[in-house]
Order: sequence, then C-alpha cells, then structure tokens
Amino acid sequence: MGWRWFHQWGSPRWFYERAGRWQLVCGWLALILLVAGSLWGLGFAPVDYQQGNSYRIIYLHVPVAFLAQAMYAAMALCAVVLFVWKMKLADVAMQSIAVMGFAFTVLSLVSGAVWGKPTWGTYWVWDARLTSMLILAFLYLGAIGLRAAIQDPDQAGKACGILVLVGVVNLPIIKYSVEWWNTLHQPASLKLTEKPAMPASMWVPLLVNILGYYIAAAYLVLGSMRAIVLERERRATWVKELIGRA
Amino acid sequence: MNPKRKQRLFIILGLVSGLGVAVGLVMYALSQNINLFFTPSQIAKGEAPPAQMIRVGGMVADGTVERDPRSLKVAFDVTDFDHNVRVTYEGILPDLFREGQGVVVQGRINQGQFVASEVLAKHDENYMPPEVTEALRQSGKLEQMMGGQKQ
Repeated sequence: MGWRWFHQWGSPRWFYERAGRWQLVCGWLALILLVAGSLWGLGFAPVDYQQGNSYRIIYLHVPVAFLAQAMYAAMALCAVVLFVWKMKLADVAMQSIAVMGFAFTVLSLVSGAVWGKPTWGTYWVWDARLTSMLILAFLYLGAIGLRAAIQDPDQAGKACGILVLVGVVNLPIIKYSVEWWNTLHQPASLKLTEKPAMPASMWVPLLVNILGYYIAAAYLVLGSMRAIVLERERRATWVKELIGRA
Repeated sequence: MNPKRKQRLFIILGLVSGLGVAVGLVMYALSQNINLFFTPSQIAKGEAPPAQMIRVGGMVADGTVERDPRSLKVAFDVTDFDHNVRVTYEGILPDLFREGQGVVVQGRINQGQFVASEVLAKHDENYMPPEVTEALRQSGKLEQMMGGQKQ
C-alpha cells in the first residue's frame, strides 16, 4: 500500500469513473441535509431575542462563509500537490474550486449585507472582516481570470498555483480579523473549542446546514471536475471510447 | 516521498511562511488604520486625530440617552467602562439601538462632544430565544452574560 492510495489520483480515468458514483451519493446526501436543515432552521428554530426573524440568515450566511474559506484552503492544497507531485488532477480541481469558491464568497458577502442593513444599519462597512472577505473574492476572481488569460494549460495551472499560494496569507487574516482588530462584525458564534454562543435549538439545524452545504459543494466540484477531465483528456483513448459508446 | 519532491515541498512551505511573516509585519505596522473605530479610552488619551472624521465604538451607557421630543436629535454616552464620550446625533437610529447595546458612531469631535453623522449598532455573537432571555433576566444571570451591565 503505502502511497498507492495517493498516487492513484494521478490517473484521470480512475478519478472519472469513481467520481460519478461519489457525486451521486453526495448529491442525495446534500439534498436531504439541506432540506432538513433549512426547514428546521427557517421554520422551527426559535426567534432571536434581539433580531427577531432576521437572524435566520445565519442558516445561509455561516455555511457559505465557512465554505468560501475552506474551498480556498482546498484550492491551496491542490496547488501544493500540483507543484510537488505534478498531478494533473490537482490542476483540474483548482480550476473547478476557483469558480465554486467565488460563487460561495459572493453569496456570503451578499447575504451578510442583507443582514447588515436591518441589524447594523448599513449594507457595507470597511472593517477588517468584510474587507478581507472582499479580498478573498478578488483572489478567486484572479485565479479564474489568470487561467482564462493564459493559453497553454500547463502554464496557466502554474501561474494560478502561485497566485493561490500567495493568497493563503489572507485566510488567517479573515479568521482572526474580528479578534486582532476592532470590527463591526461580531466574533464567531460557533467555535471548535468552545460551547456555541446559542442554544442547541438554534445551532443543531445550523450544523446540519453546514454539513449539507459542504457536501453540496463536493457535489458541485466533483461534477465540474469530471467535465473538465473529459475536455482535457479528449485525445485519450478511454475518452474516445466512452464518447463512442454514448 | 522522493528527495526531489520533498525539496519542492520545503521550498513552497518556506516561501509561504516567509510571505506570511512579511504580511504579518505590514499588518502590525498598519494595525491602527485597520481598526474600524477608536475606543473612548483611546480618545481620552488623545490618540484620535482631532477635527477629522473618525469612528468611536463602545456600549451605550445606561441612563444617558436623552431624546429631544420635538426632533430626531438624540444624545448619549458611549463607554468602554473606563472612559465615556458624549455623542450627539440627529437622524434615525438602527433598530437595535438601546442602552447597553454596542454601537459604532462616525463623526467628529467638536468642543468635547462627538458629533455623529452615522450610528451603527454592533451585534455580539450571542443568540437567544426570547423566553431564555426572560428566564435569565429573572434569575439575574443576563447581567453576567452581558459583561456585568445593568439592563
């Protein structure tokens, strides 16, 4: 065994065949979790004593904001794999994650603004948390744009990898921005090391939704990776056979 | 892992951590500019630039809110429990504004008073159903949670 589990990812064909099954599992699991978590959170969780119903945007905002950062971390990990092991699939993953991650970042910025207007009294404020999230959106956009601007796919992958690795510095800044500086954005309500700052009737549906969004993101990334693999490997015999059969 | 890959991995880790240190130093140097607001203590120490647009953040001190009954004028103290800043404002306050609430106000210092042009409510990380709040208030635990403040 040893490194075998890792090196088999070097084969696009191996990935393509298995990813289809994983995608199916992820799709159904995400659908169940998201329907359950969202109905529970939006319909049955208690209202907040201060914000009333407007706090319920937490069931969208927190999962997508988590994902925006987690996907960037995943993309950076792919960049390391690309540079160290020269694995083609890592570049495919980077390309897919950049698009999905950008979508999640925009969603978190927009949902935060929608909540900010009734709660804070403003859609936007240039505090450290909001600004560093905006920079994250631009980093994703940069990775998408850079790839589109360079013709040779290998060169494009390397250029994106460098940009993505440089941008990793932004991740701890986002996480600790609310602790290092005075910000309008509140500190985290859910932490790995502490009790949540809300009762179980509020955070359990939130956790279900977070899990659901993570799995939904996996579903989306796997689907887009499979499409990119087919396109990039279009000259390989196994793809020709696959298309010939269809 | 073969030596060549190991070497490439270390080069990447080295470059990223070097970059991290560089950015960290820049952030540290700029920290006062990254802070969204000054605290009342910083203003008392004279750290805030005079006659410039600045933001002050803190709690609305209990029993200090005075509303003008015939206009939208309102005056209140913003406190960090060491120092207070008297704030005057004319306009619509956010829904969450009340005594004991965290706020961030933007404006200028004018003759010892802070003339605000914008008042934003700061929400903390605590979420609670109203029944729980009521129960806590009756047992006197809410004050402890809210940083030893009287409600």
